[in-house]
Amino acid sequence: MYENQTVIGQTLDTKDLPLSQCKWPEDVLHTIPDWVYTSTEVYNRELEKIFQGDTWNYVALEAEIPNPGDYKRSYVGATPVIVSRAEDNTIHVFENRCAHRGAEFCRKNQGNTNEFVCPYHQWSYDLKGNLQGVPFRRGVDRRGGMPKDFKPQDHGLKKLNVTTLNGVIFASYSDKVEPIEEYLTPEILEEFKVVFPGKPLKVLGYYRNELPCNWKMYHENLKDPYHATLLHSFLVVFGLLVAGNKSAMLVDSVHGRHGIMASAKSDDEISEENKREMRSYHEDMRLQDERFLEFIKEFDSPWSVTMQTIWPNLIVQREMNTLGVRQIIPNGPNSLIMEWTMFGYEDDDDEMQRHRLRQGNLMGPSGFLGLEDNEAMKFVQEGVRRSTTDVNVIQLDANKVGTSDTLISEAAIRAMYQYYRQVMEL
Amino acid sequence: MSLEISYDYQESALPIEQALELKREIDLFNSNYCAALDSAKVELWPDFFTEDAIYRMTSRENVDLGMPVGLVYAEGRPMMHDRATAVANTQMFAPRYMKHIVTNIRPIQKDGNQISATANFILLQTLVEGPSTLHLTGTYHDIFERQEDGSLLLKERQVVFDTSIIANDVVYPV
Repeated sequence: MYENQTVIGQTLDTKDLPLSQCKWPEDVLHTIPDWVYTSTEVYNRELEKIFQGDTWNYVALEAEIPNPGDYKRSYVGATPVIVSRAEDNTIHVFENRCAHRGAEFCRKNQGNTNEFVCPYHQWSYDLKGNLQGVPFRRGVDRRGGMPKDFKPQDHGLKKLNVTTLNGVIFASYSDKVEPIEEYLTPEILEEFKVVFPGKPLKVLGYYRNELPCNWKMYHENLKDPYHATLLHSFLVVFGLLVAGNKSAMLVDSVHGRHGIMASAKSDDEISEENKREMRSYHEDMRLQDERFLEFIKEFDSPWSVTMQTIWPNLIVQREMNTLGVRQIIPNGPNSLIMEWTMFGYEDDDDEMQRHRLRQGNLMGPSGFLGLEDNEAMKFVQEGVRRSTTDVNVIQLDANKVGTSDTLISEAAIRAMYQYYRQVMEL
Repeated sequence: MSLEISYDYQESALPIEQALELKREIDLFNSNYCAALDSAKVELWPDFFTEDAIYRMTSRENVDLGMPVGLVYAEGRPMMHDRATAVANTQMFAPRYMKHIVTNIRPIQKDGNQISATANFILLQTLVEGPSTLHLTGTYHDIFERQEDGSLLLKERQVVFDTSIIANDVVYPV
């Protein structure tokens, strides 16, 4: 639980509705009811239908576990899992729960081992999650021990399906989910391969923070290009993004669940009309050190910035030259944990790596853009949790669902909720 | 430039009288540094650094893994100035009080006009609603540089926090 919520943590009963009372308002396209963010029963159904449903969940980068025996703790939905590379180089994902008494046995975030041993009773598992040893299985002096018909092969760790694409590892509880390339859909796959062309990645480090907001808000924020020039005055003040920039909000045309917010850096003057609309525009502010806003063109893409929202738990950040994946870990209806893995490429020279580190000041829990998003989403969660009114209005670019060519649009959010209502049977 | 930090215990190489003298001086420096930040005078923050200083705030996990990333990563005072200006003028965040408590100041080595030292900190945050919370805890890994006028400035400050999951964000420099 978010520490600050110890005083203001109460959600009104009228917001924590049972599923039977969750009825979407009549104008389904242009409204979002507050209970999608605040109801415990809705959250529980999301874990079942979405995170444990027919989806691929991001769990790790191959660069984090390059060698046999390497492992990393991760999550699928809210469930802790281990991502492990076995002796034969295959990658495995299994729940971090001992099959014996349920202990979350793996406590280190990452490491290298030749087996996993639960510290409680020393049950041991191989790198693929198979039970390999039970101490005193035959008892002591022929007394006690496991029954004769105990079959270790029936008591391995709970295993998930695993797939990889160009160095990115996904896991799924579903046997029906489509292959990952098909899952991503053509538009998203193309941009995914810009960031992950298959060349070796170099992990530069991690950020972790808790956002006291519902996990869907994070997707919505990156499907809401309207906020970019209004909330993030930093972008505007220093000329990174203004309302007139070439930009797009792309939505996958198959399901409407994934998206890409994209823009291209421009040196054009800002029109007087646009300046007046943007309260945050300061003409006289200049950076003393402009290096961190430099854009080194390294990709064959018309965009200098793309934010991919890959359903249900992955954000791929290409903010000019600062690259990262963000893993969304839902943590109850009112909270999410964000794990950021920042990276470059193995073939970056020292100066390119430092450029990525400098540009990293834009993102993360202290990033010029990142912290404002975190603040805004906290405000929204507090508002929807504690107010007597109960509807969000999404009427920009009305009636449109999916890709839009203007930033002043909520068509991508509409597409996400159209898909969501279908999966959630709401 | 090396961002490497060791968490191995390092015995102080300084004679006791000199160590005590430096400890007093660094204590005063840190008190002024924290007073500026705690009074939200973030634009004064770069003044505590040399022109070519490094400031990095990162997690102990990154340090242990030898990873270079910083939540805040500034090469040189101009980058710190830009951050301070942005926080003071353009950033949107809820109002808050910050309180730094710095202790266990420990000068370790003196090399010409440079002094390496560490200090532990806790950072408390108080928002408009809610309790005062322990926002971060960690260690400053510092290199001070003696200036021609006799004063000390930071040539490097790496703020390494133990806190594994940050509550939402860290708005001000630490």
